[in-house]
Amino acid sequence: MAERSRGPGRRRIAALAAVALLAPSAAACGSDDGGVPVINVYYSTEQSFQKLVDECNQQAQGRYRMVYQVLPRAADEQRVQMVRRLAAQDSGMDVLGLDVTWTAEFASAKWIREWTGQNKEEASRGTLEQPLASATYEDKLYAAPKNTNTQLLWYRTDLVPNPPKTWDEMIKMSQDLKSQGKPYEIDTMGAQYEGLVVLYNNMVASSGGKILNDDGTKAEFDQGAVDALGTLQKFASAGVTNPSFTNTQEDAARLQFQGGSGAFQLNYPFVWPALQEGAPDLKDKVKWARYPGIDANTPSKVTIGGFNLAVSAYSKHPDEAFQAALCLRSPEHQLFSAVNDGVPPTIESLYDDPQLDEAYPFKADILAQIKDGANRPVTPAYQNLSTVLSATLSPPADIRPEQDADALRGSIQDALESKGVLP
Amino acid sequence: MTAETATEKPTTHSVRAQRKAKARISEGKRQERKLGWLLCAPAAFVMIAVTAYPILYSVWLSFQRFDLKFPDQREFIGLGNYATVLTNEYWWTAFGITTLITVVTVAVELVLGMALAWIMFRTLVGRGLVRTAALIPYGIVTVVAAFSWKFAWTPDTGYLGNLFGEGAPLTERASSLAIIMLAEIWKTTPFMALLLMAGLALVPEDLLKAASMDGATGWQRFTKVMLPVMKPAILVALLFRTLDAFRVFDNIYVLTGGANNTSSVSMLAYNNLIRGLNLGIGSTMSVLIFIAVAIIAFIFVKLFGTAAPGSDEGGRR
Repeated sequence: MAERSRGPGRRRIAALAAVALLAPSAAACGSDDGGVPVINVYYSTEQSFQKLVDECNQQAQGRYRMVYQVLPRAADEQRVQMVRRLAAQDSGMDVLGLDVTWTAEFASAKWIREWTGQNKEEASRGTLEQPLASATYEDKLYAAPKNTNTQLLWYRTDLVPNPPKTWDEMIKMSQDLKSQGKPYEIDTMGAQYEGLVVLYNNMVASSGGKILNDDGTKAEFDQGAVDALGTLQKFASAGVTNPSFTNTQEDAARLQFQGGSGAFQLNYPFVWPALQEGAPDLKDKVKWARYPGIDANTPSKVTIGGFNLAVSAYSKHPDEAFQAALCLRSPEHQLFSAVNDGVPPTIESLYDDPQLDEAYPFKADILAQIKDGANRPVTPAYQNLSTVLSATLSPPADIRPEQDADALRGSIQDALESKGVLP
Repeated sequence: MTAETATEKPTTHSVRAQRKAKARISEGKRQERKLGWLLCAPAAFVMIAVTAYPILYSVWLSFQRFDLKFPDQREFIGLGNYATVLTNEYWWTAFGITTLITVVTVAVELVLGMALAWIMFRTLVGRGLVRTAALIPYGIVTVVAAFSWKFAWTPDTGYLGNLFGEGAPLTERASSLAIIMLAEIWKTTPFMALLLMAGLALVPEDLLKAASMDGATGWQRFTKVMLPVMKPAILVALLFRTLDAFRVFDNIYVLTGGANNTSSVSMLAYNNLIRGLNLGIGSTMSVLIFIAVAIIAFIFVKLFGTAAPGSDEGGRR
């Protein structure tokens, strides 16, 4: 095999091979042009986000230049892309658009920087309490809330004169409609993914229950959480869901309702503009109300969604990155996003702005729900928790409250400690 | 290989008596072989760099408790992860599902692929058109195809959703699995057919004619003449597809996302490794999948003996 005379040739080949292997990674490193630091913003798809970026770049007057890197649409894919690169200490990401549930995880893994001093003050000024809590981990601020979100109850006024206040009421109404042969479905997300966890969390919070203890270190699963399992099971087996319920995500739920088979829909406000465009015959028959609760006399507590902006620990230009993030979530820009992209702002005073009236006729209900809202459990292991929960809850019709709660106490504790296998 | 050439000389006669194929290797041939090795060396080197290193690294990771979310808690725990995974219910459910999908799809694909190969081979009119049409499913990106299957099987948006009465087929375990297998079979039967067609081309026409002169029926010609001659091609096709099917991921990812206990082992490894960031457990699963695949390959080579690819006679002529 080893022949001396062919040594140089082989070495050349090896060198070529090495070059070929290294070349792509060399080309992938971005370069800063002309001394202006380039800030790469990784954010999910939002239609008018590019305009925000352009405007902030103008306002920056050469202090930085932001580049909008579009993340995939699905939350899981967004997280996977960022996490994979952060784990490899990729310095090509500066500002990260984090779903509210990821803050603890990213902070605990030391992937994002703490917000301090002037930046912290600016990020929290006038910001609603619950969204701010979603950006906080161990009493430190790790991100600036950019937009919040919450689901409302959308219902057909021609079928339902008065919106239901509780799940029981809504299920009853739906069954009555069904027996009259009218559209009756309650369309919402029931696939085995985060959406199902949100549905369950709404029920847990509304019945005053807890999944984890306050520190997020132990699986609690109190009576409220067990009752919520019962409510979810009852809803799923009452014959009021769409046949595809257990495979339905946000957009599919919207389509089911828009298709005319639903009397109720529990979904985010993005369904409103889509309804205006996609179903002209329905748009005047649909109204909104507060998400149903468990008890008629206690207002529901509904899960808060939305996005926070964080600065990567591996960013080469952290100061500019903080500035850029603050610009993207400044009051005027939040208002712009609310009007153009329909995402609810995190700054309370913006809800009084008349500009919101047309795009957001339901703004008062949103604000009320957010002020009263329920964050999902805060723990670095949230993704594990969510995976275990959604797997156990799916399909919801087969839930056995007592047994499942027992099993979940064990498997969630394992998940929190990153022991055991995720389904 | 070198051991072989050394032992060959003294027993040339007996070897020749036993196996005609193995002639003594001449000096020129030996040189040729050496050159062959030298020419492959760079490729082999690169292959080792890009495959051996990651494999060894994941074996190393599988011996550790290592979760990216808790970077401070990293420690060496020996076979602890293996104990966790191998005593876990999710793992064995996924293993069963994967085995089921592998066995059913490969079996069905072999039969359908053979038929398709026969059609592609025998078509006289529009041969190019027939072959192209048959290969279209294999040319479509799996994820794209999976999405169209998903929409097709969803009531309201699809034309297959209400095929079996009310309800949504992708929300129940048995029907979901059937749809996953259907999508797999639809997708890879052309691949099977392509490999089998190469085998069909090996069957000499005279042999078939001679057989029919002797009064063999069509079925007899197929089982007694064609199948034995095609054996190496069938083996290659089966081996490739089995290894491929055992790693099934994209169809399940799109069609059900693993809901209703339809996860395969690859899905499970992805969930733990990429989503859960648990490098220890995730790597353990990857290593176990690797071992399973290696065992499958080993069984194929052993079971089918000399005709298998990689064994002496089949590999070298």
